[in-house]
Amino acid sequence: MTSVTSTTSATATAAPTTGDLVLSGVSKQFGAYHAVRDLDLTVPEGAFFALLGPSGCGKTTTLRMVAGLEEPTTGTVSLGEQDITRLRPYKRPVNTVFQNYALFPHLDIFENVAFGLRRRGVKDVKKQVGEMLDLVELGAFGKRKPNQLSGGQQQRVALARALINRPQVLLLDEPLGALDLKLRRQMQIELKRIQTEVGITFVHVTHDQEEAMTMADTIAVMNAGVIEQRGTPTELYDLPATTFVANFLGQSNLVRAAIVGKADGQLVVDVHGSKVTVPVPRCRVTEGEIWMGIRPEKVFLAPAGAEQNGGNALRGATVTDVSYVGVSTQYLARMPWGQELTVFEQNTGARDTLTVGDPVDLHWQPAHTFVLDAAQDALAGVEDIADDA
Amino acid sequence: MTTVGRWIGRHLILFIGLLVLLYLFAPIFVVILMSFNAPKSKLSYTFDGFTLHNWAHPCQPFGLCDAVSASLRIGLVATVIATALGTLMAFAMVRHRFRGRAATNLFIFLPMASPEIVLGSSLLALFVSGGLGGRLGFWTILIAHVMFCLSFVVVTVKARLSGMDTRLEQAAMDLYATEWQTFWRITFPLVFPGILAAALLSFSLSFDDFIITNLNAGRTVTFPMFVWGSAQRDIPPQINVVGTAMFLLALILVLGGELTRRRRASRAR
Repeated sequence: MTSVTSTTSATATAAPTTGDLVLSGVSKQFGAYHAVRDLDLTVPEGAFFALLGPSGCGKTTTLRMVAGLEEPTTGTVSLGEQDITRLRPYKRPVNTVFQNYALFPHLDIFENVAFGLRRRGVKDVKKQVGEMLDLVELGAFGKRKPNQLSGGQQQRVALARALINRPQVLLLDEPLGALDLKLRRQMQIELKRIQTEVGITFVHVTHDQEEAMTMADTIAVMNAGVIEQRGTPTELYDLPATTFVANFLGQSNLVRAAIVGKADGQLVVDVHGSKVTVPVPRCRVTEGEIWMGIRPEKVFLAPAGAEQNGGNALRGATVTDVSYVGVSTQYLARMPWGQELTVFEQNTGARDTLTVGDPVDLHWQPAHTFVLDAAQDALAGVEDIADDA
Repeated sequence: MTTVGRWIGRHLILFIGLLVLLYLFAPIFVVILMSFNAPKSKLSYTFDGFTLHNWAHPCQPFGLCDAVSASLRIGLVATVIATALGTLMAFAMVRHRFRGRAATNLFIFLPMASPEIVLGSSLLALFVSGGLGGRLGFWTILIAHVMFCLSFVVVTVKARLSGMDTRLEQAAMDLYATEWQTFWRITFPLVFPGILAAALLSFSLSFDDFIITNLNAGRTVTFPMFVWGSAQRDIPPQINVVGTAMFLLALILVLGGELTRRRRASRAR
């Protein structure tokens, strides 16, 4: 596509100061309320970066500080070489796709998209707006008013209005929140495609963990004004650093246990009398009381007493609930100490589904276990999942 | 039975609606009709015959056109001042947090809630004690009118402004518009319908006012005072001509606004 090649070359030549977006020691207080606490964050140039967290965790405030709509109480925001902490919003090479789009209701679609170009006195507005509207497949809608468009179309106008300015960083504030599920999936793929084509840094704020995982190449999970963990979707899911991340991204079984020893690079963990092992790099703490974590789909349910070679096992469980969900079956297994653990099993047809009351053992690979600090709340992040579902 | 009942049900509402409209418009019809009246005697208020004389000679009754012109001048100047001040006040009260904002919000309603006769007489006392006793006239009327129009402007513009999403202004700033550009390109066009409504309201309040004006007018005569004065002696039909003309003007403004709105909407489709 011609528009895309011109965009990338223009970014490279016109703005030699492009670079990483760096927030260092950023805090924001509203009166006595700390929205963001001492935040350090680096977003590499060209990344699709997601800030993920429940509502009220400070992610939108962080975004607004990058946009210049909010001034940090302490700390600095810089883009490449330039400190932009105190720069007015209209002086920053940053554009925003607002939640609920904030399209100008008195201007038509063409003028909405042309707004940024006109303010900067750019020539050939007509050609550029035309190309941008074509990119978001709204070429025929230039003369309409925002309220004559559907939600998905308005969303694309908001995207076009920001993208046409070729910002160094594009901020997206829950951009898909107002769309229905099917349209949201479609726009997720579309956004990812556009980001790959234009090569602009995207910072995407969302509370939807699935959205963050499908789109972003790096995710920072935020909670109560601080970043809990940062990494690729795989890293975060495979080895969560806190109970909040373990519960907010997918589901986890967290069992109270204690570390009792060490043998060939593995820590030996005592789980209510049973011994299991965990590789040392997968342990956030290496002694004393811990939370032992395991994802529900990593666990295999076997009939009681069956041998399983070399893995971890917890024996003496009873199936208390079976929910069939088509591709998989979700089991609840009551452990001898009373806790119920969740197990997902693919419906491959290799064996019959278990029934309530069956005695079972839980087996899994040591390399799938993770160990977290016992001082954290085992239920952190759980409620939020329930809210979104 | 049920179909008849339904027919009555449906048309009863229409019938009552028409009656209410008739009730609302009857005085206006009388004014329009009387503007074409050729009265037999000076004190007659019955329709005695049709004539276009009143429309051809609207300024015939002594002092009528002077009074209308005084009312128009006062109305226009008061509208401009009250709308400008009131709009600024509305912005301050919606957009800024300051000490005494809640109190100001309350006090702004006081002039609307107080009886006009109280406002008028206390203003007169104020003017007289301020040494303006012998100089009541255009300027004192103007001051009084700005005073009572102001509350209405503030309330009208405030309603429009608080319904406006501040994110629109943030979006404009995000798209390289300075504070000045943001105001003129986004805020003002979006608040303008409210400002226009406030201005029209101010003008009609000012043009219409009798009680406060009468107390503070000195020897200046406005149109409502002229009507009141002539009602004691004779009623020149030209008063109805002025009344009808004002009504037509208002009608044209409203219809014109509605037509341009519809044309714009259909062009966008």
